[in-house]
Amino acid sequence: MISPGGGLADLYREVILDHSRSPRNRGEMAEANRQADGFNPLCGDRLRLFLRVDADDAVREASFVGDGCAISTASASLLTEALRGRSQEEALDLIRRFRAMVSGETEPGDPALGKLAVFAGVRDYPTRVKCATLAWHTLKAALLKTGETARTE
Amino acid sequence: MSPSATPGSAYPVDRIREDFPILREEVRGHRIAYLDNAASSQKPLSVLDAVEDVYHHGYANIHRGVHVLAERATAHYERSRRRMAAFIGSGSADEVIFVRGTTEGLNLAASCLGRHVLREGDEVLLTEMEHHSNIVPWQMVAGPVGARVLAAPVTDAGELDLDAFAALLSDRTRIVSVVHISNALGTVNPVRKIVRMAKERGAYVVVDGAQAAPHHPIRVRELGCDFYALSGHKMYGPSGIGVLWGRRELLEAIPPWQGGGEMIERVRFDRTTYAPPPAKFEAGTPNIAGPVGLAAAADYLEGVGLEAVAAHERTVREYAEERLGDVPGLRILGAADEKAAVVSFVLEDAHPHDLGTVLDHAGVAVRTGHHCAQPLMDRFQVPATVRASFGLYNTTAEVDRLVAGIEAALEIFRP
Repeated sequence: MISPGGGLADLYREVILDHSRSPRNRGEMAEANRQADGFNPLCGDRLRLFLRVDADDAVREASFVGDGCAISTASASLLTEALRGRSQEEALDLIRRFRAMVSGETEPGDPALGKLAVFAGVRDYPTRVKCATLAWHTLKAALLKTGETARTE
Repeated sequence: MSPSATPGSAYPVDRIREDFPILREEVRGHRIAYLDNAASSQKPLSVLDAVEDVYHHGYANIHRGVHVLAERATAHYERSRRRMAAFIGSGSADEVIFVRGTTEGLNLAASCLGRHVLREGDEVLLTEMEHHSNIVPWQMVAGPVGARVLAAPVTDAGELDLDAFAALLSDRTRIVSVVHISNALGTVNPVRKIVRMAKERGAYVVVDGAQAAPHHPIRVRELGCDFYALSGHKMYGPSGIGVLWGRRELLEAIPPWQGGGEMIERVRFDRTTYAPPPAKFEAGTPNIAGPVGLAAAADYLEGVGLEAVAAHERTVREYAEERLGDVPGLRILGAADEKAAVVSFVLEDAHPHDLGTVLDHAGVAVRTGHHCAQPLMDRFQVPATVRASFGLYNTTAEVDRLVAGIEAALEIFRP
């Protein structure tokens, strides 16, 4: 009754399913020097993001804890991988590009997003955009040290 | 129970479905299977026609004009009030206040009754299974006067723990406010018993009837409560209209709600006097066509027969619980003895949001999330559930589509 092809397969790409089943960098980080909480009031999902930023302002390591849907878990997992070695400015730029892609403001295919392009299918699911952006809202709060829980709405 | 109320072939579900034009909609190539009735229900043609008829033939502002359209509109509006009084078993139409919905009804009750009775040290007793709209208004009114809001716990089966409820009742309890049927679990609360217990302590009782109205005959006088709130849109009526029923003597005693036109008797700068209820609580131009649609919905429901509806929904719900119970890793929340039209569940291998998206692809509409009942989600230690909620037009075939959709989702998400 449900064809595996078409829209659903565009949303749940194999990379996303893989990262949701086996998230990378999941766990608390004792040596983190930045940290922020994210909350999606729509579904109740919570996320805590840990960063280790070194003296020259580059992210050395990132990790997260929290349970969420496949989209939000995979998004957090791929975020922690994509972040490694990026400067604060580069990370903020990545946030902007990611949000623009999943909300459909830009056409898919932004080369700067690399592997994160697997989330392009989210743009066709307006109710799921917040799932994809939860980790990125949280990252912004951690980088800018707002000290407040990042909310998707 | 009358023979016509027995589940089975006697219930004319196919004919009923034809009354709801939206059920012919196709979603992604599938006929819609609408299983989100606890959020809002669809409307039969008779309701749509009744609302349209007001605007075509009898619309003007009510109560004030002397021209014929104003007279017609006023007559429709007040006839609808009498119709709703009969629908909920109130002796008097003057006890029926038209509001936007249950949320506004509960806010009105909390604000006006709360200002009337709550003092420092008093308590308002709720339950853990309340919708946010029966929690937050009480916090808003209790906080500033130094009164406390307490919640009686829910058992693992999703029932109100009546012993714990009794233990929380005290002479400090001035108001008890409970949900008739839980939107998140489907639990039917023993409201009559709750009222009796509360009244022994001299507490007022407010009932959130949003989920009860479409599934249960409501008899406010027999329940013995002081306020009862319901929403039109959940009982096949329009959105933006609902009823707050209040006991006459209490409506006279409590302060008014919003100030404005229609709710006054005489306005002077040094002193204003108020109109008697229900006008006292209906400031400003109300939703004029809404009550007419709501009355048509009451006609529709009673035309099918609420006993027959309840029996049919029980058949569908029990079939759903049986089929869902066979899905590996699926856990149903809420196993109350008395339950209505809701099956809430979680899956080990798929998050509610992901399941909701896959089901949508199969044309099956369910609700995923916390159902505006975060304390209840905390109680069961889940962030969210998937909720299938049934109405008078749902079928066991739609339940089969729900189960097939879940199986398809598990194919995708199972590790």
